[in-house]
Amino acid sequence: MFENITIGQYYPTDSFIHRLDPRTKIVFTAAYIVMLFVINNFWGYLAAGVLLVVMLVTSKIPVRYVFKGLKGIIFIIVLTVILNMFMTQGDVIWSWGFLQITKQGVDTAVKMAIRLVFLVVGTSLMTLTTSPIDLTDGMEACMNVMPGIRKYAHELAMMMSIALRFIPTLLDETQKIMKAQKARGAQLDTGGLIQRAKALVPILVPLFVSAFRRADELAVAMEARCYRGGKGRTRLKQLVYERRDVITYTAMFIMIAVLWGSRYFPLDVLPTWLRG
Amino acid sequence: MNKEQPILSLKDVSFEYFSGEENEEGSLALDGLSLDVQKGEFVGVIGHNGSGKSTMSKLLNAIILPTKGDVLVKGLNTKDEQVTWDIRQTAGMVFQNPDNQLVATIVEEDVAFGPENLGVIPGEIRRRVDESLETVGMSAFKKKEPHNLSGGQKQRVAIAGILAMEPECIIFDEPTAMLDPSGRAEVMKTIKKLNRENHMTVLHITHYMDELIDADRIVVLDKGKIVMQGTPREVFSHVDELKAIGLDVPQMTAVAHGLRQKGFDLPDNLLDVKETAEAICRLK
Amino acid sequence: MPIKIEHLGHDYAKGTPFEYRALKDINLEIEDGCFVGLIGHTGSGKSTLIQHLNGLLEPTSGTVYVDGRDIFNEKKDELYKLRLRIGLVFQYPEHQLFEETVAKDVAFGPRNLGLNETEIDDRVREAIENVGLDFDEVKDKSPFELSGGQMRRVAIAGILAMEPTVLILDEPTAGLDPAGRDEILGQIKKLHDERGITVILVSHSMEDVGKLVDKIIVMNDGDIEYFDTPAEVFKHTKHIEEIGLAAPEVTYLMQRLKETYLEINDSIFTVEGAVDEITRVLELHDQNPSLASAQETGDADV
Repeated sequence: MFENITIGQYYPTDSFIHRLDPRTKIVFTAAYIVMLFVINNFWGYLAAGVLLVVMLVTSKIPVRYVFKGLKGIIFIIVLTVILNMFMTQGDVIWSWGFLQITKQGVDTAVKMAIRLVFLVVGTSLMTLTTSPIDLTDGMEACMNVMPGIRKYAHELAMMMSIALRFIPTLLDETQKIMKAQKARGAQLDTGGLIQRAKALVPILVPLFVSAFRRADELAVAMEARCYRGGKGRTRLKQLVYERRDVITYTAMFIMIAVLWGSRYFPLDVLPTWLRG
Repeated sequence: MNKEQPILSLKDVSFEYFSGEENEEGSLALDGLSLDVQKGEFVGVIGHNGSGKSTMSKLLNAIILPTKGDVLVKGLNTKDEQVTWDIRQTAGMVFQNPDNQLVATIVEEDVAFGPENLGVIPGEIRRRVDESLETVGMSAFKKKEPHNLSGGQKQRVAIAGILAMEPECIIFDEPTAMLDPSGRAEVMKTIKKLNRENHMTVLHITHYMDELIDADRIVVLDKGKIVMQGTPREVFSHVDELKAIGLDVPQMTAVAHGLRQKGFDLPDNLLDVKETAEAICRLK
Repeated sequence: MPIKIEHLGHDYAKGTPFEYRALKDINLEIEDGCFVGLIGHTGSGKSTLIQHLNGLLEPTSGTVYVDGRDIFNEKKDELYKLRLRIGLVFQYPEHQLFEETVAKDVAFGPRNLGLNETEIDDRVREAIENVGLDFDEVKDKSPFELSGGQMRRVAIAGILAMEPTVLILDEPTAGLDPAGRDEILGQIKKLHDERGITVILVSHSMEDVGKLVDKIIVMNDGDIEYFDTPAEVFKHTKHIEEIGLAAPEVTYLMQRLKETYLEINDSIFTVEGAVDEITRVLELHDQNPSLASAQETGDADV
């Protein structure tokens, strides 16, 4: 039931990307996402695609594994495509009753689909190559240099880290509770929507009770280990930029230049029906 | 003889629980309990569920404060908020549920949690983490995720996390209650080693009698009071009294007790298989 | 309902790098009304095995026959009905409680069986009393305000109220103190004796199991090492230790005593049994001192 979720899952192996400083990866991914929404033509997408392929290969993560993560969002992609296709005004190329497809609609729909796929693959590449704890450290470090949210950086990072620590525990627990209720005759996968929602009560109540109990015990254990917020706290691990991070930052600036540039030099190689 | 200051000291301590309902009488979890633990001692505390043993451990760590009496850790009163953190650093605590006391997603990061909170410099944290993991025999797992460890291994990581704070005393609050026999054995071996080799003061709370055979002293709690205290042999010889308050005795003690009741002349302080067999053979 | 397990195998996470063979090739027959102890270290496959018996897990290979019917070849609703006749109490069952009152929680199972209200009420009352709780005292309480031991018993009552013909309990005494442990085991024993239901008790404690059961299954590494009476199983102390378990201390004592008292029965595993047997042998020696010399010549031969 939980096997199909790739986003947020770390794939442990050793690669150039795995070894990068988490800050580098976070900044790079952020820049990549921004770029995806800035570019507006074929060359831009091609460049972004090539970059993605290069990153995929460098990461040494099986392609199948990465694309498994897309399964979960296929619905969103299809919905976006349909909405864009039918809702955009412009030159009608097909119509039936009140439904109509426009050239501009197809254009936006294709672009949105590409953007979404790239976005998901790009971000899952980051989470797949960065252990959750590194990711949290990276986020904390990134937030620490942003003036507005600086004061929450430690608390947010601690919350994330604890969440990450307890996700597997709670998933296990969910499965155990589901089995236990099934053994008492609970039917979780039959009946209408309301029946199914009702059937969740015997799962969710014990799960919440357990989560609260765990939270309570953890809080006591943390205090017993002298936890008193981020003030005066030191860290075992210090993030240090290496040469590979410098290389990556350089690559990032080149990427920005290329993708930004592609906005101003659109070459007409698109099939005519796709041209805006 | 000049008596050293005890590291843990409960002076006529009572603790009342209130369930929050109005006009309700609190239930007395501890009732005028006094106990001193000296440096380097291995003291076992035993009692059935609800005898007050967990309350006692929470009092020693300033997690709760006594309703009456005083709790002192190395002379520091837990009522003094100024010294709460010193108390917790001095008397570390390992809890029952191995899952609910590990904070970080990587073993070594978890062990570092205590020293990080104390503001220790990174290089020193590294040294302490490595040393603590070495002591509990978990060095090979330092980059692993706690989630994938066995219960016994998780508890050893929790112990390392306390050791890294360099406490003078560790309170173990039923650390073996949720473990399987091999996990229990692992944890007990670690605790005994800490006491013997590292001269760590240990207060071990449990309901497994056999874990306390090597203790310097056993304290038996019932209804919030100390009902018996002494060396394991002294305590275990009171088979009937222990059974009356819902506790077990080691199997060999029970066999010897049964044989004594049948009229055989056996000593009342037998603990292990070898000495029991020898004692029975001498009857021939 | 007799249970027959044929060539049962189970792989976890098949087709991933984490693939793991939890059960190898299990063949087993459990007769009606048998009290069986299931022992093995953590990860030996005990939990996986018992989850096949009521169809919560599907086998990778082989199958399970309950009452002569292949449970993995039945239609979904048939399997569902069959599952409910096999009561499975998971480890720390109190973590499954969810209702507002104890009575409602215990009624969850019977209600799923589609029984009428009077029948449900009767069963709930009986089940709660069977686990040693006072029905009128606890029925309207929230399960979450009970003590740990009481919650455990309410959870077990939730399974009993379904009146299973086979009752499987996964370490029902984990985390309880000695008094709580003895009480729960006593109630299980009583249920078995009075109702003649088949009981499978998963445990880590050889002592507990030895006292109660007719037969012991010892599992190791996804395989069955022994399936025999406690007396027979505990004879293999060496091998039991090799697979990470230990025989009861009493058995070790008896084996040691056999070196001196040749005629002692060393396949004894309870404190009471040991006291009786040692008494018997010692009295024998008192009456007949020549036994001792006979034994010494016996030693000389070795």
